[in-house]
Amino acid sequence: MSDTPILRIAGLSVALPPGADRAHAVHELSLDLHPNRTLCVVGESGSGKSLAALAVMGLLPPEVRAVAGTIELEGQNLLALPERAMRRIRGRRIGMVFQSPMTGLNPVMRIGDQIAEQFRFNGRDLGVDPRRRGIELLDSVGLPEPAKLLDTYPFRLSGGQRQRVMIAMALALEPSVLIADEPTTALDVTTQVQILKLLRELQERHRLAVMFITHDFGVVSEIADEIAVMRHGELVEHGAASRVLEHPVHPYTKQLLAAVPSLEPPPRAPVKAPIVLQAQALQKTYRSRDRLFGRHREVAALRNVDLAIRRGEVLGLIGESGSGKTTLGRVIVRLLQADSGSITIDGTEVSQLPRRQYRPYRKRVQMIFQDPFSSLNPRRTVGQIVAEGLLAHGMPAAQAHARAREFLRIVKLSEQAAERYPHEFSGGQRQRIGIARALALEPDILVADEPVSALDVSVQAEVLELFEEIRVRLQPAMLFITHDLRVAAQICDRVAIMRRGEIVEEGPTAAIFATPRHAYTQELLAAVPGKSQPVLGHSAPRPVLPIVAEIEPT
Amino acid sequence: MNGALYIGQRLGKGAVVVLAIIIVNFLLIRMAPGDPATVMAGESGAADAVYVAQLRKTFGLDRPIPEQLAIYVANIGRLDLGYSHRMQRPVFDMIVERLPATLLLTVTAFLFSLLAGITLGAIAAARAGRLSDTLITVVSLIFYATPIFWVGLMGILLFTVTLGWLPAFGMTNVSAGQGGLAAGLDIARHLIMPALTLGLFHMAVYARLTRASMLEVFGLDYVRTAYAKGLPRGRVVRMHVLRNAVLPVLTFAGLQAGQLIGGAIVVETVFAWPGIGRLAFDALMQRDYATLLGAFVFTSAMGVIFNLLTDLAYLVLNPQITLER
Amino acid sequence: MAIMYRLLRHKGAAFGAAVIALVVILAAAASILYPAGPFEMVGGTFEPPFQHAYPLGTDGLGRDVLTSIVYGTRVSLLVAVVSTVVAVTIGLLVGAVSGYFGDRLDDLLMRITELFQTIPSFIFAVVLIAIFTPNIGSIVAAISIVSWPPVARLVRGEFLAIRHREYVEAAVVLGVSTPRIIFVEILPNVISPVVVLASLMVANAILLEAGISFLGLGDQNLMSWGYMIGEGRSTIRDAWWLSVFPGIAIVVTVLALNLIGDGLNDALNPRLARGVRA
Repeated sequence: MSDTPILRIAGLSVALPPGADRAHAVHELSLDLHPNRTLCVVGESGSGKSLAALAVMGLLPPEVRAVAGTIELEGQNLLALPERAMRRIRGRRIGMVFQSPMTGLNPVMRIGDQIAEQFRFNGRDLGVDPRRRGIELLDSVGLPEPAKLLDTYPFRLSGGQRQRVMIAMALALEPSVLIADEPTTALDVTTQVQILKLLRELQERHRLAVMFITHDFGVVSEIADEIAVMRHGELVEHGAASRVLEHPVHPYTKQLLAAVPSLEPPPRAPVKAPIVLQAQALQKTYRSRDRLFGRHREVAALRNVDLAIRRGEVLGLIGESGSGKTTLGRVIVRLLQADSGSITIDGTEVSQLPRRQYRPYRKRVQMIFQDPFSSLNPRRTVGQIVAEGLLAHGMPAAQAHARAREFLRIVKLSEQAAERYPHEFSGGQRQRIGIARALALEPDILVADEPVSALDVSVQAEVLELFEEIRVRLQPAMLFITHDLRVAAQICDRVAIMRRGEIVEEGPTAAIFATPRHAYTQELLAAVPGKSQPVLGHSAPRPVLPIVAEIEPT
Repeated sequence: MNGALYIGQRLGKGAVVVLAIIIVNFLLIRMAPGDPATVMAGESGAADAVYVAQLRKTFGLDRPIPEQLAIYVANIGRLDLGYSHRMQRPVFDMIVERLPATLLLTVTAFLFSLLAGITLGAIAAARAGRLSDTLITVVSLIFYATPIFWVGLMGILLFTVTLGWLPAFGMTNVSAGQGGLAAGLDIARHLIMPALTLGLFHMAVYARLTRASMLEVFGLDYVRTAYAKGLPRGRVVRMHVLRNAVLPVLTFAGLQAGQLIGGAIVVETVFAWPGIGRLAFDALMQRDYATLLGAFVFTSAMGVIFNLLTDLAYLVLNPQITLER
Repeated sequence: MAIMYRLLRHKGAAFGAAVIALVVILAAAASILYPAGPFEMVGGTFEPPFQHAYPLGTDGLGRDVLTSIVYGTRVSLLVAVVSTVVAVTIGLLVGAVSGYFGDRLDDLLMRITELFQTIPSFIFAVVLIAIFTPNIGSIVAAISIVSWPPVARLVRGEFLAIRHREYVEAAVVLGVSTPRIIFVEILPNVISPVVVLASLMVANAILLEAGISFLGLGDQNLMSWGYMIGEGRSTIRDAWWLSVFPGIAIVVTVLALNLIGDGLNDALNPRLARGVRA
């Protein structure tokens, strides 16, 4: 590395307001960015990586401030600059792309205006025709019909398209540094592939120094030249990408790498037990009606879907957004009813049963939800939440609460948890509570809707272990809905790939992953970041790290 | 969906609401103690037996109720809002006579309250936590807690009785014969206090709402994007924050526009402003229910029209978004 | 400065609570403090204020202004609280049914709510009271009738939002009965915004009642602040105290209620911790 760094962070400390869980969000961080190289900053939530990036841009939230260290852009200390000078740096010398493309664009301004205003308001007149430049920019990020796009409003665009617009805006004034904070986390994996490719191209073309923040080691293995691992605000490991991935030094790095599920499914014997749940020819179409005399919009969420799950078997339902997998899960637990088709439990047809007759079946089919922060009623204690199902089916109160405490123990939470409220627990712990709630009724059929997608990767590994234990102990027929192929590879006996309401391919996990037949399945598997990186998800024994108390969510 | 269809839809909805109001009015008349004819004759007309009998015939009180309703609706459709025995004039004529004065008052008050309210709220939000914010918030709180009629009276006490700067009653000075600009200025002088009185309460409402809305928008992702692009604070606040924050305020103001007319009855009474509100008050005092109810239907319909107008204004501001969402 | 502002808010709510406590005490103790009642003629007519015997002066019939103001607390509190309770009950029912069951029932109920919201409330209340003859009952009823729509809208909105939260869906999947879901899962989460709205509605009801009495439609047997201002209007030049003091009483009381409402809002809806995302 003979070229000098364009951005030097030295000894940066960012202090949190009093009352936060720790004194510093970032503590004595030192990193360099070089032109035409990508530095990936990896960490889980609470690691301080986003705040470090905001500190560089001078966009820290009001009560958070940089209290030590320097950030030098080509020799100039950004932390010492007054706001007016900092304003001239933003956009012109450092561009930033954020995580949430759906909310990152002003909804009442046209795309063209949002791009053009940078040219008008950046101090000196760049003598640029904003319209022409806008078309060039949109074209350079691969958007079709750029001239038309300039006059559209953001709500017309998909997530992937909006992110391309955000990238175009960040690079409009030709900065030399680009900071990207989890830019693909909210996107489908097939869209992510395209955006990563785009960023690589742009980097080469403009010799950008890129700081790419992420929690996904798969993405890191695809694009990083250098890796920096952060934990609780500190830099724990730093080095060339290949070195860090293949020979990690710090135990935390090793733990993170080992927690990534391998893309290779372990060998599993096919399950021979009888079929518990069978769904046939399920159809569901959503119609939105306009009140007085408007148009109807129709979306076919399920088209002729068949599936069957045996006792003790885990069937993975894999799909991207809009595939219908969530709808299918909800139909099976009867949160929604299909327009036509049948659902059979142990041979009995249940989908046509009226509410009251279906009620006893509720005990047998349960659901585990995705979002740990909205799946528990904030105004009820954990004990009440877990006991609710038992009470609803007639168990006397004292017995129900005793059983609830038993299940809390099964999911590795202390019995005292029963008296506390959800907000006192972390995301991983809340998911365990949700699992305890579902298990308390000892259902034969479990539908898990993206149960680990909202969790950090190390917490995810623990919860997946819990799932393995449950499968061994209780032998439910499980429908495991996910978009993450790695998770599916490790947990599922069989997988079904869903796209636009249809199941396009189905079969034993190992067979599908090894030789996918449908074009879409091939596309999905090809899009998994880090697929060719054997280091990830190594089956080496996991090191035992003393667990630092899980940070309470703010 | 295109613009014409949307407008048509809104007009249709408006018409349905007006019809519902007319039905409500009809029910009110029937629910009052005594029979409808006596009610509509009012205190003065009730003494006149011939008049009451005539009313009975006009209202078709011997016919079944649905027919009575149909007659009533048809009457109103012909702009026949009844006859005031006391004033010996058709109610509709009296109302239309007073309409310009009420419009002048309410529209001025509405525009003032909206502009002043949004401006103050925006300033308070942009300087949240500082002295100007505290001042604006306190002033808003006080005006939000003050009955409109009392503000008017205090205004009179201060500006007319004590200082003698502004006139307290009526719309113009009796010594007429002034034309053009002089007359206009005279009306303006008389308009200041009533309009301010009516507007200050709603100004406080819009200021609080704008402030809250802006503070919420400040925390949104696209505002952060705007700063990251290197835009100056003024531009971000104007084009990104305010433009989005003001939308719910405008929606609310549109709904409230009709309510302003209700406040006008009190203001017109205090300032002897020759508008529909004053007419309604006098009718109330004189138990002239025909006029009172006629004014009620009319002002409610005005409220519907105000609503419609603000909806259409919204459409003009954001055509693509409103129609194509 | 930001800290000072925050203190002011909390101090505001405390101040508001203190004032309302005082008002309630006065209302309860009125007949003990002034056993003769407000309509009793105790002194000379139009006595100016700030004297020993009549701290706030007397009116055209020799009635003591201070006594009248103290008795006025009763009408204000009674009308405001009762009408708010009625309005909130109606609004809760309409909003809950509308928000939970949705579809056509929701459409119908919302049309009705919109209708009531479009009609100018003050005029509507005046007309209602005029037709059903003015007394405390018709005043409370009229205010309730014009005040319930915002509650219904709020409750409906909250129900719609919460109904699709995952914890409610979990309750459905568990097999919890519908009434239990409404009362145990949804309602406790809806209550806080309703409480805030209710405190603001009490304030608004006082203003409405004052306006109604000012126009002369109040209950003739009860002394009300609005009525006092209405009576004092014709003699405002010479006896300013008849208009000023009752008005101050209204402003202070309503302000106190608004401050309490703001304080409740801050306390019950903690601002979501924004972006201290590490």
